[in-house]
Amino acid sequence: MDTFFGQLCQQLINGISLGSIYALIALGYTMIYGIIKLINFAHGDIYMLGAYLGFFATTALGLSFFPAIIFAMVGAALAGIIIERVAYRPMRNAPRIAILITAIGVSFFLEYTMILFVSPQPRTFPSIFAATVYNMGPLVMNSQQLVILISAIILMTVLTYIVNKTKAGKAMRAVSFDADAARLMGIDIDRVISTTFALGSALAAAGGVLVGVYYNSIDPLMGMMPGLKAFVAAVLGGIGIIPGAMIGGIILGVVEALVSGFISSTFRDAAAFAILILILLYKPTGLLGKNVREKV
Amino acid sequence: MKKSLKALALLAAGACVMGALSGCGGSKKSENADVIKVGGLLEMTGGSASFGISSKNAIDLVFKEINTKGVLGGKKLELVVADTKSEASEATNGMQKLLSQDKVVAVIGPNQSSAVIASGAINNGMKVLDITPMGTNPDVTVDPKTGKTREHSFRACFIDPFQGTVMANYVYKDLGIRKAAIYIDNTSDYAKGLAAFFKENFVKNGGSVVAEEAYLQKDTDFKSTLTKIKAADPDFIYIPGYYQEVGLIVKQAREIGLNVPMAGGDGWDSSKLPEIAGKAALNNTFFTNLYSPDDTSELNKKFVAEYQKAYNTKPDVFAALAYDCALLVAKAIEDAQSTEPAKISAAMAKIKGFKGVSGEVTFNEQHNPIKSAVIIEHKDGVQTFKSKVNP
Repeated sequence: MDTFFGQLCQQLINGISLGSIYALIALGYTMIYGIIKLINFAHGDIYMLGAYLGFFATTALGLSFFPAIIFAMVGAALAGIIIERVAYRPMRNAPRIAILITAIGVSFFLEYTMILFVSPQPRTFPSIFAATVYNMGPLVMNSQQLVILISAIILMTVLTYIVNKTKAGKAMRAVSFDADAARLMGIDIDRVISTTFALGSALAAAGGVLVGVYYNSIDPLMGMMPGLKAFVAAVLGGIGIIPGAMIGGIILGVVEALVSGFISSTFRDAAAFAILILILLYKPTGLLGKNVREKV
Repeated sequence: MKKSLKALALLAAGACVMGALSGCGGSKKSENADVIKVGGLLEMTGGSASFGISSKNAIDLVFKEINTKGVLGGKKLELVVADTKSEASEATNGMQKLLSQDKVVAVIGPNQSSAVIASGAINNGMKVLDITPMGTNPDVTVDPKTGKTREHSFRACFIDPFQGTVMANYVYKDLGIRKAAIYIDNTSDYAKGLAAFFKENFVKNGGSVVAEEAYLQKDTDFKSTLTKIKAADPDFIYIPGYYQEVGLIVKQAREIGLNVPMAGGDGWDSSKLPEIAGKAALNNTFFTNLYSPDDTSELNKKFVAEYQKAYNTKPDVFAALAYDCALLVAKAIEDAQSTEPAKISAAMAKIKGFKGVSGEVTFNEQHNPIKSAVIIEHKDGVQTFKSKVNP
């Protein structure tokens, strides 16, 4: 019993640290969906871009962890703004399916441009700080897991503050609620959308750098799976709802860890996507979804 | 016009092959009676060019040494190289050219299994021996449809699953391990083959497999599964995958406090592995390989010294096995006392206890050598020769 309980706790630790990364990516998905009803499939690749920016910052510029993560976030935010301006803005009034296909195109564009420039070979992320292992009885946790968790919590808190307490956040909420009405009230919609892309991309980039540090290895196609998983997380929590993305991410991470730990690791991805199907069948609005939604 | 000429040439080539197949290959006299031509069907350009270049370097060394005395009473060996461009289709063309234009008596190469299988149809049709240094796929020497051995196809390397057998014997007998876990790459036949043979032999020896888990290529998070493996309390983990995932597995295993020895196959052989896993985490890990330049046999020391002198670099596994191939071909010619290709094949099949730089070779009925493998240990991120294990 003790060993079972010990294992359960250990798997929860593993799951929460993985889930907090899904949550960071899912936040961007959900924000962008909330504001322009676009499922931005290129989001996973922004996360990859962030990881490479972090890699560049630490190896070529010799920055330490915190400057590197900020560098990656700023770089990815710019990339997000440019992508929105170039690829999505001209499609603003096009049918939903056209803009969705554009998103898939942007995703492939980012992946294969990166392959062209950095080669498909995986890169080894330099170990920026040593992984100290903490033993708590039978449980093991290392400093990297802690850093991931703490960084994720800080970033989510900051985001919640921006969305709920600042003027820009208020504008975002207004646009998400009713874009036309917001425009009538004198809100510059284009700027609000750009801000949303910048924020979402910056969070994904932070996730990318954290993953680079944690797993030590990055490659140009690394964004595919986490991108899809984060999408599942966003839908699970209720797409368009910020706390939903956080909760969805953590739940997904924990479910994956428990499935690998107690059933079989080969069922892990199947479980993640089964959740998507179940949610869509029984509660399409997601866990936190209500009929009247507060969206951003 | 050009097109029809090409078609005509193809027809003519086809007719040649047909003729050879039906056993009336016409005159096969070489222009110079003192020279025996051996084909080298190698990857000289393309994505795997390093394989072919290493192999050619090694064959040149062997022939140079043999030609100081000569074979069959003073005849010289001459290597005729045809480039496969690292493609199976080009390998077929190259084989065609070597056999019909250059009239070689035997062929060495290619290193890529797919290319050996494709060109194998031609040399077997024309009854000329081909020996591949590194074609590890079982189908290279055995026709998978009929289960029959291809009469004129040989290899100098062992087939992949054999590594599982070697590792099972090594950890049971030399490390004294009784409880093993197996963690395989579920997307790779290579890994599954190694794992199956490891399990079979480890259990046969008397050990028990306490956990069997799987991952998929490109996975990055292994902690959940490793936690599960840790709960099963194994003394050893067998991970027959490729270095990319293996590196992450070893790293994450050490992070969750799983400090048992771990081992795999030649998929671990990469300078990237210490970077990914971290040097300290890699301590107490091993893998099987076909060859190590640090092998302490006299023959190998001489080979490494010669190779280094000639090419200013350490020989890799492709060089070592091609070296053995060239020696085997020379021995088969000598044993057959003839340059008639069919007789050379027959002599090759009978070779027993041949000592090469990569170990002792005896061919079994599938033309696979029964030979020793080397175990390589990681010490602070450096591959060090640990021991040689006989089957």
